[in-house]
Amino acid sequence: MNSVEIAVVGAGPAGLSAALAAARQGATVALIERDERLGGQLIKQTHKFFGSGRQEAGTRGFVIARRLAAAVEEEPGIEVRLASTVLGYYSDKVLYLETPDGLSRLRAERTIMATGAAERMLPFAGNDRPGVYGAGAVQTLMNVHGVRPGKRVLMVGAGNIGLIVSYQLLQARVEVAAVVEAAPFIGGYLVHAAKIRRAGVPILTGHSVKEAVGEREVQGAVVWRLDEKWHPLPGTEEPVDCDVICLATGLTPLSELMWQAGCKMVYLPELGGHVAWHDEDMRTTVEDVYVAGDSSGVEEASAAMVGGRLAGLCAAASLGHDRGVADKKAAAREELAALRAGPTGERIRTGLAGLRKAGGLG
Amino acid sequence: MRIIDHPILEFNKGRPVRFTFEGRELVGHEGEPIAAALHAAGVRVLRVSPRLHRPRGFFCAIGNCSSCLMVVDGTPNVRVCAEPLHEGMRVERQEGHGEIR
Repeated sequence: MNSVEIAVVGAGPAGLSAALAAARQGATVALIERDERLGGQLIKQTHKFFGSGRQEAGTRGFVIARRLAAAVEEEPGIEVRLASTVLGYYSDKVLYLETPDGLSRLRAERTIMATGAAERMLPFAGNDRPGVYGAGAVQTLMNVHGVRPGKRVLMVGAGNIGLIVSYQLLQARVEVAAVVEAAPFIGGYLVHAAKIRRAGVPILTGHSVKEAVGEREVQGAVVWRLDEKWHPLPGTEEPVDCDVICLATGLTPLSELMWQAGCKMVYLPELGGHVAWHDEDMRTTVEDVYVAGDSSGVEEASAAMVGGRLAGLCAAASLGHDRGVADKKAAAREELAALRAGPTGERIRTGLAGLRKAGGLG
Repeated sequence: MRIIDHPILEFNKGRPVRFTFEGRELVGHEGEPIAAALHAAGVRVLRVSPRLHRPRGFFCAIGNCSSCLMVVDGTPNVRVCAEPLHEGMRVERQEGHGEIR
């Protein structure tokens, strides 16, 4: 069986950053990714990032993904394993992998789980019809593979993902019928909202989807108004002409591997659902397992990159690769605090406070 | 359905390859997900659910949700949102759980 000091599961923004940080400390790293390419969901982000220069503000997401992937490929301490899925983590520090060459085992002194997140489903009649797509899937189809998802899209959710993907649809010359948002206000940044409003797309707050219309595939939708308790108001139904209903109603961590590994899990709605309890060093209750990125709490790509770097530094330091680690950790923590400052970071701060309260080994 | 000119992105597609869907010949690009090639050809119903026989299609695009399981070259339960397309593939809609032949 082959062995490595640190295994990183998932090569999105968090995993790439974790692998780079650990390898630069001198650790040997195996970076395991189930997709055929590096970059995770970052490869389809065409918008320019916010944050500070340190987190590549002003750079388009897919360019950041390309840079991180190139840095990983040039790093001699990182062995990349693509098209490989981690099936399980066992207490003797062995990972089971499904690879193009069949099943294999890998022993890793430390494992960093950076498995990302998946779209939440929204309950409404016909939500299983072909034509109801997650926002991430629409982005993949359109921005990675160059295929339009349809002619006219109803977007559900006015958080940043819903707003950004609506704008990307317009860039690809797909009509956006409307954006509906259950909350009485727009959740995402108003700079994103303004872009699609200027293009004439209505953003209907206090509205949701009642049903998808269509015999076999989506051929339209019905939306209705909600009261302040988010209860639908019968009699307010309106038809929407569309062939795609795009769900941007939030993400939930992909935490199957943490459950399987026996990490203590905590349910924190502010962080997207169940997350593995972790300390300030991103370490879970399973001593050798660290978490990073959306799977440690749904946030956004800039925070995922910094959190990944922090997890990589801490995992490497725990194996004795601790050159200059105190300063580097302090810098990463400062960056995270800055990203989570202000009113937009309030939800994350609440979630993390809940995590601290939950206690690790209780 | 294919995007030819995008204001920001360039798509470096693989060479055109022929494949069949339900016996009908279609053209896609080598290496793109089978689901992307089908979508570009206007095919949205990819399978029929086991119990209630409801049509299902593309949904998550990360090989996570099982909404897009199809029969590829006789093998059932292939996640076509993540499976790369190759020349000559035989792709069929999957009924229920599929049959292991």
